[in-house]
Amino acid sequence: MAVPSFLARERIVARPGFNRWLIPPAALAVHLCIGQAYATSVYKVALVEHFNASLTEIGIIFSLAIVMLGLSAAVFGTWVDRNGPRAAMATAAVFWSSGFLVGALGIATDQLWLVYFGYGVLGGIGLGIGYISPVSTLIKWFPDRPGLATGMAIMGFGGGAMVASPLSRQLMNWYDEDYTGAAGEVASGNSVALLFVTLGLVYLAFMLFGALIVRVPAPDWRPHGFDPATIKQKSLVTTENVSANNAIKTPQFWLLWTVLFCNVTAGIGILEQAAPMIQDFFRDGGTSAVAAAAAAGFVGLLSLFNMAGRFVWSSTSDYIGRKPIYMVYLGVGIVLYVGLATIGSSAVWLFVGLAAIIISFYGGGFATVPAYLRDLFGTYQVGAIHGRLLTAWAAAGIAGPLIINGILDMQGEPGNLVASDYRPALFIMVGILVVGFIANLLIKPVADKWFEPKDTDTPTAAAEPERSTTR
Amino acid sequence: MSSTSSTGEQPASSTPTGLVAVAWALVGVPLVYGLYNTVKAASALFTG
Repeated sequence: MAVPSFLARERIVARPGFNRWLIPPAALAVHLCIGQAYATSVYKVALVEHFNASLTEIGIIFSLAIVMLGLSAAVFGTWVDRNGPRAAMATAAVFWSSGFLVGALGIATDQLWLVYFGYGVLGGIGLGIGYISPVSTLIKWFPDRPGLATGMAIMGFGGGAMVASPLSRQLMNWYDEDYTGAAGEVASGNSVALLFVTLGLVYLAFMLFGALIVRVPAPDWRPHGFDPATIKQKSLVTTENVSANNAIKTPQFWLLWTVLFCNVTAGIGILEQAAPMIQDFFRDGGTSAVAAAAAAGFVGLLSLFNMAGRFVWSSTSDYIGRKPIYMVYLGVGIVLYVGLATIGSSAVWLFVGLAAIIISFYGGGFATVPAYLRDLFGTYQVGAIHGRLLTAWAAAGIAGPLIINGILDMQGEPGNLVASDYRPALFIMVGILVVGFIANLLIKPVADKWFEPKDTDTPTAAAEPERSTTR
Repeated sequence: MSSTSSTGEQPASSTPTGLVAVAWALVGVPLVYGLYNTVKAASALFTG
């Protein structure tokens, strides 16, 4: 599938002397927008009332978007690598924005299926392409600090929800004067439709800005003073390249898939239930020592640690290595989860501290995985391989809530649960983390038979060097 | 945070510093807005 020439990879090869620090804001411009996907709770109840639907029916919109994220990242990953970040970012912008606009039409005309199709399907495709679009470019621009580079971008995905939540409340307040954003208030469906139109247009402009400024390095480019041999000295790191089709035939890919699945499932176990969980842990009789406002504050604190973990832990992995940092995420995570299950209810500060560090590992796991893939499979089709690995996220998005909700449903009614009711679910999460820890331990360097011929590096530059122009 | 090349020499940057600053500001301002609001919400954990 060819792209218009102004979007093509050959048109955005950077001139000598290009400042690579223009690439992280290009990536952030995309990830800050698509991170909105985690801020949907702001208008969830408004849609329930507008469509006179159940929470489950409305929840399908967002579940569909996350499933489409995983599928589109897997399916379009190779296309993204072949055509470059500008084409991918522009395509993601069009899909993500169209998703909002079609969703707004669905809300305005009372047709829920249009919201499913708009936000869920179109928006979900935009999410998947947008999520992977800047990752391989960042890795190529920052071969000396790939963890820092991907950490910056994927931190933006966490930050996107932080921006979208207060912004959405403010916009709905402007479009519905009866809505102030206070707890218990519900905005009108019309205001949500207008919110969708506004977000769709703002996100389109913002993501296209990212597409406009993004560049790819020339094939022979490397940072000043950077010697690839210094990277090769670290275990597991290859200077060879493996194609996406071959990568999925290796045990390393599936071990890393398991690692990501386990890390995300365990994190979701807390994120999914954060507000009721802290209240239930400190419930005595019918009342909790933690007020609803404080529980909402706990959710905000977890968002901060989720975002910070993406940047801090991923950057740290550049120094201590990818395998050791996952040993920390999963190994220390096991200890923290056991602590949460056994002594977490003894003090609020202890509970908050344990949960915050666990969530920072959850974010760190997302941000470090592209650099881990680069180490194992090289840069050739790392975007496509990353896309395929993200199916682990989609699977964990289903498994995590199923486990925690399934166990809690067996323990009792929401509002009457106590700390001990969470223990079975928390110990299952410990078991999942043990599986992930073992999978990470089993990861060894990729066998030579999977490496591409030596002249393979960038997907298109090698094929069509005569058309390359520098910008 | 300099520009770099494959030759090992350090060529003059072809990217205006102002463009880099504007790009970072465009993503930084909304991020700070989001952080501010989240910190404000999170403070309820200690005060609420």
